[in-house]
Amino acid sequence: MEASVVEARASRAAALGLGLLLLAAALIAVILLSMATGARAIPVDMVWSALTAFDPNSTEHRIVWDLRLPRTLVGVLVGLALGLSGAVLQGATRNPLADPSILGINSGAALFVVLGVSVFGITQLGFYVWLAFIGAGVAMLVVYSVASLGREGATPIKLALAGAAMTAIMLAVINAILLTSPRTLDEVRFWQVGSLAGRSMDIALQVSPFIAIGAALALMSARLLDGLSMGDDVARALGQRIGLSRALAGLAAVILAGAAVAAAGPIAFVGLTIPHVARAITGPGYRWILPYSMLMAPILLLGADIIGRVIAPPGEVQVGIVTAFIGAPFFIALVRRRKLAAL
Amino acid sequence: MTIVQATTIAAVRRSRQSHATRVTFGLLAALLAAAIAAMLLGDFAVPPETVLQSLFSPLTGIANKGVDFIVLQVRLPRLVLALLSGAAFGLSGIIFQTLLRNPLASPDIIGIAHGASAAAVFCIIVLGWGGLSVSLGAFAGAVLTAIAIYLLAWRNGVTAYRVVLIGIGAAAMLSAVISYLFTRARLNEVQQAMAWLVGSLNAAQPADSIVLAITMVVILPALFVLVRGLDGLELGDDTAHALGTHVEHTRLGLMLVAVALAAFATAAVGPVGFVAFVSGPIARRLMGGAGRGFPQAALVGALVMLVSDLVAQHALPSTQLPTGVVTGAFGATFLLWLLVVSGRSGRVN
Repeated sequence: MEASVVEARASRAAALGLGLLLLAAALIAVILLSMATGARAIPVDMVWSALTAFDPNSTEHRIVWDLRLPRTLVGVLVGLALGLSGAVLQGATRNPLADPSILGINSGAALFVVLGVSVFGITQLGFYVWLAFIGAGVAMLVVYSVASLGREGATPIKLALAGAAMTAIMLAVINAILLTSPRTLDEVRFWQVGSLAGRSMDIALQVSPFIAIGAALALMSARLLDGLSMGDDVARALGQRIGLSRALAGLAAVILAGAAVAAAGPIAFVGLTIPHVARAITGPGYRWILPYSMLMAPILLLGADIIGRVIAPPGEVQVGIVTAFIGAPFFIALVRRRKLAAL
Repeated sequence: MTIVQATTIAAVRRSRQSHATRVTFGLLAALLAAAIAAMLLGDFAVPPETVLQSLFSPLTGIANKGVDFIVLQVRLPRLVLALLSGAAFGLSGIIFQTLLRNPLASPDIIGIAHGASAAAVFCIIVLGWGGLSVSLGAFAGAVLTAIAIYLLAWRNGVTAYRVVLIGIGAAAMLSAVISYLFTRARLNEVQQAMAWLVGSLNAAQPADSIVLAITMVVILPALFVLVRGLDGLELGDDTAHALGTHVEHTRLGLMLVAVALAAFATAAVGPVGFVAFVSGPIARRLMGGAGRGFPQAALVGALVMLVSDLVAQHALPSTQLPTGVVTGAFGATFLLWLLVVSGRSGRVN
């Protein structure tokens, strides 16, 4: 009996580990495809030679280095950050609807970008990164403080309600500005969609340290999230420090989501749904949900970006739009087919 | 059960009922004050007694054309529409939040409002429509989205969890439609669509109020009957079955009511931000566990709508803001404040 349980557990771990390897292979394939696809198709062997033996006189090599590599890198970083932050936020609030856009992180970033454009006339993407990052941090700080006031501290319900309420307030300010300033609306409507187009290496370098720190924090909080998923009372009885766990997870999520929205604008769908897909495959348990989310999200994001590049020539469709368009039917089909593990 | 226990329970029940009554009357008093302010305030100053005279002029026959126009054709329709649409949004929100057992699951978060918005934006940008036809498009969008979500969530019955997940999938897709149309359209069309999306009472017509009032008169008795089935539903599907509640019928009926309320209100005033979301949690926090809070949520919705509209009209001296800009800020601030002060009642949503 004992032995068979141990065996079953080991074989499940082996299967899930193999799944992770497959996902990693798929991610590498998507990365290569992303370097090869675009207005000008470049064969994969030439992508390889551009990366290994750069020839500055070759147009193809320059396209790979100047455009496709930064764009792909930003896509991977943003995808990874969105997947992880969504999973962490759903775990910390125990709400399947929690994600950076409902908990105020995206709207905080958007508010600061809109203020930057309308009040200070900033139009460079490089500055948006910092505005968005600061906005996300400020919003999450306010949400967390409001939720932790009062006698029972930051309960999941209060976090979710405070986040949604802050979102409402910030959206009101954003709408008021966009309605009264057509110039800002014109500038921001393209940022607001979420896109990887035109992202330079600088942006990837700016956000990568944040995403590295956030990802490390998030992966370390897996055990804490498993504790929280049993309910606050049980977790507390097992000796876990609830407030600290939730604060740590929240910190990881805001660093990740802040960096993602800074680099690519608010992309709502990935962080919300990828954790559910991961949970459907792995079952409950954040030790697996987190790495699965971390690998699946960039596959979805880059895949969507590739489709967006070729679907409407000569133009492009922004990645935020394509992700929702292909992701949502897939997600709905999954929800229908599987008996999903509830949070 | 001993006599002591029985009297204690009776006392608790009484104190809860009196608390519920206090909350209800408090909300009604606030609504009355806001309504009086709405009738009196405006660019054109009308003294209170003249307003009264004007209100009763259809009965008394004492006409004063200029004043009657302002009171009966401008201020009164706007006031009535604010009250009706606010109550409709509030009720719709709390029905969804209760049914789906998630305080975030209001129609403006799980896709119904997105359906109305996407349809309206499509009408404005692609078809070049305006006015009433946009409202009809929005109504159709909300209803079709709700039907699609329900059918997609159906698998030997629906579960709350599946409806919520399918709802967010639908919401994401419809938001993407709106974003796509926004990036492809000319700036002036985007501005027109933005104005509709924010929602406003600036174009309040008596016809809107009449349609909404008829809806409420038809729907409220049905809601009254259906709500009794909720006690069973809240214990979970299995227990409800065991107790003999027709789980599917009750749930479907309540969803139809909630969708109809949201769709008619959205068609009349646009997807005014977050009234549906904030009313339920505010009502529940005010009640502190003394009842389900449906009527109170309707009152809170009406109050949020009316006060927000007053602020939107009179906050800036030069321009009128659209109502929807203020509802999000006002309602959500109210909710945040309640979250901070009502730390005691941790069990309510």
